[in-house]
Amino acid sequence: MIVAGEGRGAAADRVEPGHDPSGGSRPTAAGAATRPLPQSPATAAAGFGAAPPERPDIAVTLRGRGRSRIEERMVVAALFLCTAVSVLTTVGIVVVLVREAAGFFLEVSPIEFFTGTRWTPLFRPQSFGVLPLLAGSFLVAIGAAVIALPVGLASAIYLSEYAPARVRRIVKPALEILAGIPTVVYGYFALTFITPLLREIWPQTNVFNAASASIVVGIMIIPMVSSLSEDAMSAVPRSLREGAYALGATKFEVATRTVVPAALSGIIASFLLALSRAIGETMAVAIAAGSTPNLTLNPLESIQTMTAYIVQISLGEAPYGSIEYRTIFAVGLTLFLITLLMNLVSAAVLKRFREVYE
Amino acid sequence: MKRPATGANRGVGGVSGGAAGVGRGGAAPGNFRPRLRYRRTLGFVFAAACFAATLVGLISLAVLLVDVWGDGADALSWRFITSFPSRIASRAGILPALVGSLWVLVLTAVFSFPIGVGTAIWLEEYAPRNRLTRLIQINISNLAGVPSIVYGILGLAVFVRAVALGRSVISGSLTLTLLILPVIIIAAQEAIRAVPNSIRMGALALGATRWQTIRHQVLPIAMPGILTGTILALSRAVGEAAPLLLVGAVAFVPFLPKSPTDSFTVLPIQIYNWISRPQGEFHALAAAGIIVLLVVLLVLNAAAILLRNRYSKRLQ
Repeated sequence: MIVAGEGRGAAADRVEPGHDPSGGSRPTAAGAATRPLPQSPATAAAGFGAAPPERPDIAVTLRGRGRSRIEERMVVAALFLCTAVSVLTTVGIVVVLVREAAGFFLEVSPIEFFTGTRWTPLFRPQSFGVLPLLAGSFLVAIGAAVIALPVGLASAIYLSEYAPARVRRIVKPALEILAGIPTVVYGYFALTFITPLLREIWPQTNVFNAASASIVVGIMIIPMVSSLSEDAMSAVPRSLREGAYALGATKFEVATRTVVPAALSGIIASFLLALSRAIGETMAVAIAAGSTPNLTLNPLESIQTMTAYIVQISLGEAPYGSIEYRTIFAVGLTLFLITLLMNLVSAAVLKRFREVYE
Repeated sequence: MKRPATGANRGVGGVSGGAAGVGRGGAAPGNFRPRLRYRRTLGFVFAAACFAATLVGLISLAVLLVDVWGDGADALSWRFITSFPSRIASRAGILPALVGSLWVLVLTAVFSFPIGVGTAIWLEEYAPRNRLTRLIQINISNLAGVPSIVYGILGLAVFVRAVALGRSVISGSLTLTLLILPVIIIAAQEAIRAVPNSIRMGALALGATRWQTIRHQVLPIAMPGILTGTILALSRAVGEAAPLLLVGAVAFVPFLPKSPTDSFTVLPIQIYNWISRPQGEFHALAAAGIIVLLVVLLVLNAAAILLRNRYSKRLQ
């Protein structure tokens, strides 16, 4: 890995300056700098009377150019190793999930896993149908989306089209705070504030229910929708808005028929990212939604999401290597694939349907 | 309530002038009905709705904070902060969780900062513009979207089992390092990208090597942005509970962790433990714990802002 890294880094160093057609963000003089002409640095230093702190470096460069070239290579290798960590993280996630899930699927057929409607790995007779967990995750995520998407989009429209600059400067960071509050706090809020409120309205509501989890997850992802959508809307050029005004449109028409359609790719991407975040959300749903795998559409009942199930098993000390332990990985793999798919689709939407303005 | 109303009025007023112009010119085709009153009303209702939606987020935040404060302020005391957890609610404290969180915070910072910044430097300054680099970049943004609990599964399988670090502070910190690494990398990349290219050119023209240019010119200018991004990422790590539950941070720790290989707990997990008990007095403890956690986060964020201001002043 080290050798490969160094080779690649060094190659990049040599090849790149000449072959970089854009050259925009990249110092094209780099090649010259690593192999400076014998005289030029000295003249440059003398001619400009470089600032005092710069002098020692230049002296070092002049005295030991061989040494600094070795140093340069070591630095590149070290930096590449850093980059390798994030690549290895992905590889690690995939390998760990797939290997352990494969062990699970040797004992439980994938057909039973993906079509079974009962999830009782902790009781006898065990059954491993993931549908109740999937349904739980989607019930919470869709409930959250029902709250967060309209509210987030409307906030984005307000911030981008209506709010005076001063209001925006205060409101935007305040909304970001919502995104920075730990999810366990949202869980507490759901259990001790939202659920009692729901029980006032619908007395049959379970202590643990999907609705309160949906509401707090929705609140949690509002800032994500609003800030990403607002970025997209702010990027719509002023000339489009002015064109619409010139045709006699009201502000409302400009916002809904010009700005929103022009920013649609960014808005949809933000929706998908927020939805994927809601599906992956763990602590709030583990606290508020309960731990009864339940194939239901009723948000007032107790359910269990994929993430909450993983938490439950990790608290229960399932013996290492047992089938119960392996369910974590099978469910984790399912969760990983779903969120990955949504993130990829979101990126694709952004790339494919982006309106480009000069 | 006053400000947005004036904003909406201004908007409607501005447009009515334009629409009136169209009417006067007689350019409208015969079946054109301006329906100005209807459109203005609609616009006003819409503006009010958008403003109300913005308030939903802000009011939720306020209600949440007031609710937590109301539940937890009474349980909050110096004794609470300096005591160990207990089965008796009135004697329970949060000290091991607080110390555990600080351990995790420091170790995660030590691991994640150099790796994250190193990656950002490589990607911005050294990486060739080819398919591999693009793939690495896409990979990093995807990692940022992976649910935190999946990192917990990774940490459980790799750090706790395979490397056999056990259910220790260091396993937890390494797991959180992987979790926040993408966030740090992306923030650092943005900061490095924002450094004007002329500075690099100047340094290179003076004969500095690439690395000297980066270390002495680019990094100092990018540092405020990098530090802010890192601290914000760390504050996310402090609030995480799910991955640490998998890595095995236990809720009942009757001692303080003294080395990275000790077992530990952190604030969010202690809070979770108290929430999941049915007795009301433990819920008050959870609320008090949440106040402590929010104060820690507030301090971190204030530090981020202070650091940024100080650095950018010195550079000017």
